[in-house]
Amino acid sequence: MPHLAGQSNAPLPAGTPAPPIDAPVTPDQKVSLEDFRGAPLVLVFYPADWSPVCSDELALFNELLPEFERLGARVVAISCDGVWCHLAFARARNLHMVLASDFHPQGAISRAYNVFQEDAGTSERALFVLDAEGKVFWSHRSPVAVNPGADGVLDALERLAGRSGSMSEDAGVSTRRGAPGHPGVHS
Amino acid sequence: MSKLRVPVGALDHVLGPPDAPVTLVEYGDFQCPFCGQAYWEVKKVLEEMGEGLRYVFRHFPLTQAHPFALQAAEAAEAAGAQGKFWEMYARLYEHQQMLDFESLREHAWALGLEDERFTRELMEHRHQEHVRRDFMGGVRSGVSGTPGFFINGERYVGEFSAPVLLSALQGRSVEAPGYY
Repeated sequence: MPHLAGQSNAPLPAGTPAPPIDAPVTPDQKVSLEDFRGAPLVLVFYPADWSPVCSDELALFNELLPEFERLGARVVAISCDGVWCHLAFARARNLHMVLASDFHPQGAISRAYNVFQEDAGTSERALFVLDAEGKVFWSHRSPVAVNPGADGVLDALERLAGRSGSMSEDAGVSTRRGAPGHPGVHS
Repeated sequence: MSKLRVPVGALDHVLGPPDAPVTLVEYGDFQCPFCGQAYWEVKKVLEEMGEGLRYVFRHFPLTQAHPFALQAAEAAEAAGAQGKFWEMYARLYEHQQMLDFESLREHAWALGLEDERFTRELMEHRHQEHVRRDFMGGVRSGVSGTPGFFINGERYVGEFSAPVLLSALQGRSVEAPGYY
């Protein structure tokens, strides 16, 4: 996939231990990588709530949540918007995945994954698949204006499942709408 | 750029000759306003290209964003089971504000479908698996939103106005301008 000229280095590559995440998802809840240890995790970095491309991208991932669940994976989407913005966005678009806020300190998580746009002060559009041990298994960056789709993530999850030989069905990946870290805005 | 991973097959809804030089596959959602616009553009393209184009429609309902989209897709399939897929396809796109259950039954009535069978198939979700299969095939082919187009198996991400679509379709048999 071509990277835009002037963009920084590639997102953290396969094999890298995933940098810790400790991010608010609601005014009084946080999410951390530890919450998902033991199962594959999809991280969806996106520039901004409400922007047209992001909304399409998240709508697609939202639609595919049952498919990710079938593959034993959870999904966390991350942008530099604040939690109140995330809550309104999730409610308006009927989004069921965790939206983590990289608002303060601005972009700290995105920087750690090497997907921060310094000039815009937002996350880039990037996808990561972490394995059950919290290592990067696959990563991909799209130009900001291009919705990356979900084929790359699904292919990676299937390769990951093939590698480990069995799906981690014991990893607590069933739908738990009130699970720790879930914004829980869809009563 | 991504390629169509599911070749055109017996389960597809196809307009135009099987040996047409160009095949356009669309992944669409009956409740999506952009697909509603694309419908009129594709209609012009079909009229313009005639026998030179094979057009295939597959379902890509984003049900969380569009609460009536799945049901509408199933209705198109239920009409297809009675030999009127394309009639229902046109009717749904021409009445995108009327996709609730009762409206779908009215559309079926207007098309002369057998009401009891149509309603039963919708209520039993007889065609949901077909819709789901279309959707996942699209996802695996890299469709990221609707409408999603493929020209001769290559993802097309350009504009879908009739003139631009036409030049892409006609240029395709020579070169591939406007693609990546």
